[in-house]
Amino acid sequence: MSILDGKVPGGPIETKWSNYRVDMKLISPTNKRKLRVIVVGSGLAGASAAASLAELGYQVDCFCFQDSPRRAHSVAAQGGINAAKNYQNDGDSVRRLFYDTVKGGDFRAREANVYRLAEISNSIIDQCVAQGVPFARDYGGLLDNRSFGGAQVSRTFYARGQTGQQLLLGCYGALSRQIGLGKVQMHSRVEMLDLVVVEGKARGIITRHLVSGRIARWAADAVVLATGGYGNVFYLSTNAMGCNVTATYRAYKRGAYFANPCFTQIHPTCIPVAGEHQSKLTLMSESLRNDGRIWVPVQPDETRAAADIPEAERDYFLERKYPAFGNLAPRDISSRAAKEVCDEGRGVGKLGRGVYLDFSDALARLGKGSIAGRYGNLFEMYEKITGENPYQRPMRIYPASHYTMGGLWVDYNLMSNIEGLHVLGEANFSDHGANRLGASALMQGLADGYFIIGDTLGNYLGSAELAEVDINHAAFADAENSVRAGIKRLLEVNGRRSVDSFHRELGNIMWEYCGMSRNAQGLRKAIDLIAELREQFWREVRVPGTNESFNVALENAGRVADFLEFAQLLCYDALSRDESCGAHFREEHQTPEGEAERNDEAFSYVSAWQFTGVGSEPIQHKEPLSFDNVALATRSYK
Amino acid sequence: MKFTLCVWRQLNSDEPGSMVSYEVDGVSEDMSFLEVLDLLNENLVVRGEEPIAFDHDCREGICGMCALVINGVPHGPEPVTTACQLHMRKFTDGQTITVEPWRAAAFPVIRDLVVDRRSLDRVIQAGGFVSVNTGSAPDANALPISKDAADRAFEAAACIGCGACVAACPNASASLFVAAKVAQFAALPQGQPERLQRAIHLVEAMDREGFGGCTNHYECEAVCPKGIPVSFIAHLNRDFLKAALMSREVRDVPPAVEAEE
Ligand SMILES: Cc1cc2nc3c(=O)[nH]c(=O)nc-3n(C[C@H](O)[C@H](O)[C@H](O)COP(=O)(O)OP(=O)(O)OC[C@H]3O[C@@H](n4cnc5c(N)ncnc54)[C@H](O)[C@@H]3O)c2cc1C
Ligand code: FES
Repeated sequence: MSILDGKVPGGPIETKWSNYRVDMKLISPTNKRKLRVIVVGSGLAGASAAASLAELGYQVDCFCFQDSPRRAHSVAAQGGINAAKNYQNDGDSVRRLFYDTVKGGDFRAREANVYRLAEISNSIIDQCVAQGVPFARDYGGLLDNRSFGGAQVSRTFYARGQTGQQLLLGCYGALSRQIGLGKVQMHSRVEMLDLVVVEGKARGIITRHLVSGRIARWAADAVVLATGGYGNVFYLSTNAMGCNVTATYRAYKRGAYFANPCFTQIHPTCIPVAGEHQSKLTLMSESLRNDGRIWVPVQPDETRAAADIPEAERDYFLERKYPAFGNLAPRDISSRAAKEVCDEGRGVGKLGRGVYLDFSDALARLGKGSIAGRYGNLFEMYEKITGENPYQRPMRIYPASHYTMGGLWVDYNLMSNIEGLHVLGEANFSDHGANRLGASALMQGLADGYFIIGDTLGNYLGSAELAEVDINHAAFADAENSVRAGIKRLLEVNGRRSVDSFHRELGNIMWEYCGMSRNAQGLRKAIDLIAELREQFWREVRVPGTNESFNVALENAGRVADFLEFAQLLCYDALSRDESCGAHFREEHQTPEGEAERNDEAFSYVSAWQFTGVGSEPIQHKEPLSFDNVALATRSYK
Repeated sequence: MKFTLCVWRQLNSDEPGSMVSYEVDGVSEDMSFLEVLDLLNENLVVRGEEPIAFDHDCREGICGMCALVINGVPHGPEPVTTACQLHMRKFTDGQTITVEPWRAAAFPVIRDLVVDRRSLDRVIQAGGFVSVNTGSAPDANALPISKDAADRAFEAAACIGCGACVAACPNASASLFVAAKVAQFAALPQGQPERLQRAIHLVEAMDREGFGGCTNHYECEAVCPKGIPVSFIAHLNRDFLKAALMSREVRDVPPAVEAEE
């Protein structure tokens, strides 16, 4: 074990970033043109980084696995993006946004990073508006805000329920402009399958072209990963189907440390699973809980329709258990409470994995018109998916995997422990600690890509000693061979089971033992079950076709194979973090009322794991966390 | 439920393709159309056959990746709904359903139901943006924009770039796609400086990529999963004409000029 240095600059937190920037190495425009940067990912983090780096003069190669950079998973974000503009004059400030984010992360994030994020948040909004992002406005023509995820101030900027789409199209425009100018080479439908490290520095990647199967080598002076989160380790999640851990996991196998993988966020209000063929889950905005009442029948195995169950036989369990917050109890508390009542056999819907979200009181009180005004589009979406009309019968909801706070470890410069490997957006672990506040992932992705990486990467390239390296270096041949061997191995198993069937089974294990609540015994069991499943995968999986074609089964098989290794890492981390904090709930550590018990004495650190071999326990490194600018507090929802 | 799916199979862009019939049993009405394809694919894989290739990602109707012509209609029978948001309760048990790729010269087939839509990206690269470098923006509230204008811009910006409009158009025109992008920026003050150049550069790029012209069939509007109205095309035509009347020097300013130091 070693102690990691986050390389946080000195000085007061308010001026750390601005003072640090002044001292950074600059590179002349002529020299920048000779430097090549690889950006993997075209979501908010990747596209904003690729565009900004190209504007600065670097030669950029950008990669994504979709057919167009505009389709990155960021496009699906709904609710909004935070910024400390204080346009509503309701007492917001950089300091308050900083404090809320550190507290929301349950004091497991690096203070200095979070402060910088809050500081930069305002420039993001300026940048997006200048690009023509059509944020919501009030009648005076100024930007509108709403309060989101229980925040006491209105600091969330939004574009109807499509904020992620509009922000991504802004980035995509900036990226397209640089592609048109020949400053960015865009490689869509190209998947990174390995990182190339030469003399301890990230110097390139190996890719597979998803249409032709061509394996290619790419050399560069630095590599930026912005490849998103790993929520699909649970199989069912609110993430897009293609979201995966391959890029970051393979970097981990090349020596990059993976930080806090067990910090995964479960969202309480998703449309429940309808059957065994369910492929993904749809998020329903949390705002529904403002007017909906959550309940289940008192009796287990209830067969009557909701309307036929009399008031006395309904259990409004959140209102009962948390009278002060009721239906607005925080995400993790609400999620766990829902799981509990379903475990007791009181869940609703065909599969018994759901709770009612009932609007009948609100409809009676406010009328259909005003409910439609508030939630009309959500009600329509619900009806489209379930075929049920929520004006007439209660919605059914259930928690689902939604966001992953963990990711590759990075220092204050967003550089991993491998020099020259920078990690942005959901793919890094940096700013959200053990839990993420609503509307802050979009903010982080854009802060990283537009406003941080340009400076810190320049500083690195301006001071690093970079040997001449091209794709003929032995390290490239080595990485390419290992990619080819992996593909060959997948194609040769020739078993009888589909890739998806393994992914589904892995998801069940993770959801059961490493989902909303965890305990040591369950986690140990999961580690064994995953190992067994992985062995079975390599004996029984069937990947038809060849490498040299558009082969969706092969593509998917590689991603699931990585999830089958990564899932164990996640469980090891969850096992070692013997406290409850944020979204990580260890059953052994709760108050008699079922609230999480954090242990700051013993666990105020970031766990960063080093790969030691498939199936063998990783080595833990620690970055201690200190809180000099906020007072550690414990939440209470009673 | 049980269905017969007639699916376009084509190994790659060089080989000819054909329709192949498959029976799928055990479908429930809660399944989405893409989940039926998943189910069929699992069956195929277990039998050692290659699965049907089709594009998809978000499965929430927002990424624009899914692109299926279902029973002759891009995105299928349900209005204002992407293929991924279509559920089997909209079909009748025992029905035969045909599934084909987008068909347009500018969208060559890659495999089965997957087509190459990079032509749409290249149209945007020709000027479908506001030229503003990172870090050079004024305060976001410095310039008020009327709610009407912002809403109009949003309505246009809601385009998901799926290409259904092209697939539905007898001329395989991308006019609705281009018009939506032009309209978004035309509605906003930020879009004014490059407004006319943008219209002309995008239309020229559309022609270059092999998309056809608009002759008012309005099929695009009928299939657009985001309900983008054809009225935007009239606005595009107006801006295009204005730009065409300008002197060559103004017109031919490249989409963005970078100052070399
Ligand atoms: C339904 C939903 C709603 C959300 N709503 C909000 C919200 O309202 N507010 C908020 O702040 N956050 C929200 N989030 C979270 C937020 O959307 C994401 O955290 C964020 O968009 C991630 O951006 P990113 O750029 O890091 O990654 P992504 O957008 O996931 O992009 C990843 C990119 O990497 C590429 N890639 C990945 N692996 C490879 C590889 N091996 N090779 C090549 N390319 C690769 C992909 O092609 C893609 O371009 C929401 C999330 C979900 C699921
Ligand atoms: S899969 Fe994203 S729109 Fe259909």
